[in-house]
Amino acid sequence: MGNEGLKRTPLASLMEELGGKMVPFAGYAMPVQFVDGVLKEHKWTRENCGLFDVSHMGQAFVVGPDHETTARALEALMPGNFVGLKPGQQRYSLLLTDEGGIMDDLMVTRSIHPHFEGWLMIVVNAAFKTEDFAQIAARLPDGVRLQPEPNRALIALQGPKAAQVLEPLCADSCDMVFMQSAATAIGGIDCHISRSGYTGEDGFEISVKAEMAEDLARLLLKSKLVKPIGLGARDSLRLEAGLCLSGYDFDESRTPVDASLTWAIPKVRHEQADFPGAARILRELSEGTVQKRVGIKPLGRAPARDGTHIHLDGVYVGEITSGGFGPSFGGPIAMGYVRADLATPGTALDLIVRGKAHPAEVFKLPFVPQNYYRG
Amino acid sequence: MSKLYFTEDHEWLNVDGDTAIVGISTYAAGQLGDVVFIELPDTSKTVAKGDDIAVVESVKSASEIYAPVSGTITAANDALEDAPETVNDDAQGAGWFFKMTITDTSQLEGLMDEAAYAEFTKE
Repeated sequence: MGNEGLKRTPLASLMEELGGKMVPFAGYAMPVQFVDGVLKEHKWTRENCGLFDVSHMGQAFVVGPDHETTARALEALMPGNFVGLKPGQQRYSLLLTDEGGIMDDLMVTRSIHPHFEGWLMIVVNAAFKTEDFAQIAARLPDGVRLQPEPNRALIALQGPKAAQVLEPLCADSCDMVFMQSAATAIGGIDCHISRSGYTGEDGFEISVKAEMAEDLARLLLKSKLVKPIGLGARDSLRLEAGLCLSGYDFDESRTPVDASLTWAIPKVRHEQADFPGAARILRELSEGTVQKRVGIKPLGRAPARDGTHIHLDGVYVGEITSGGFGPSFGGPIAMGYVRADLATPGTALDLIVRGKAHPAEVFKLPFVPQNYYRG
Repeated sequence: MSKLYFTEDHEWLNVDGDTAIVGISTYAAGQLGDVVFIELPDTSKTVAKGDDIAVVESVKSASEIYAPVSGTITAANDALEDAPETVNDDAQGAGWFFKMTITDTSQLEGLMDEAAYAEFTKE
């Protein structure tokens, strides 16, 4: 129903077989939920282990002659420290416009394999992968190229029991800490794994050749601790973890300072001040911005969705950019932008839901503690 | 003797004379997913057929509920405020939304009975 003409990931048929309710998302038919529903899937992931098909995301390699050349090429587009990445390390970063606006967020990983010296792997959001890849390719210098990997699938295995699930199938996984990667095999299937994800939980993201993806997913799903989880719970999990949804919680009109993502700009890049929009972003860091992204907790039970206006004493002071219900938090939760002087946790605000003011307060993110494995 | 009607917007009405108990169908509750909040109409409010008078919020989205017929709201199911999940557990029973008196019972004529609604939701 309405799914004709949509692209299908290598795992789409398996997701349907498992009872996934398929909906259009970023041009793909993706499971929004399974039979258990969003609440149970969300809680299962927080307590056990969820398997997510995230093959719609954009995987690519940036390939240059040596690590430093490739890293510098990406540093010209993003504020991360990639030159300083050790083999196997991964970083969260931001693709910036020349004005310092955020086009997208992404993961950048240096391969641990000496054979891939000079290669950096990137993973961008599904909704923006065409634009991101075009922008990156156009802005790379001679000698460094973008190599999209459309024939790779991506599986996220997330939750406090993810390590317990993976360990017997992949001995390499147990030594890894958060934001580390390895080229390895799971049950004999070659893949590239990183200890990362977007749920706030410990877990792994597994990049695998498309033709092996279904075998790998079936192998992981054999564990009684693993259930398939849909996009609905993926969204509530990342919102509870205080993580941004690209295109909602930021876009090209927001800088990393607006978006409260300055932790993604390491000190060495402040000093170099040579990333896109650096002059503006560094000025905003010292002088502040008009608005800031904050967590917002509605004090009643009514959720406030994206687009909800935020008022103080009847005056517009900002807008919700992501909002819904936090199943583990046990109530409605949201993120949005407010006037910078109102960004302190505990500040009382009103959310205008269907014409009525509902009390809310600025809340220190995340809504639930992050549970990453740091060794 | 009460009679059960359904609308194309997936509401049910249990009608007895000129009073009706209104809720959303089991089918609709299943489609919405986990219900986390319901905004109920104020009692004694007068509504016209088609007015949006309540909101159901699931984890995923918000959906409007329309007045199935014209009339006056006489009661709201306040128990749903603390237990919105009742709508998923028992949509066509304990998960009722509101009671109303119907201004013009001839408006019921265009609605479906249980068999017609089952057919309507079949595809």
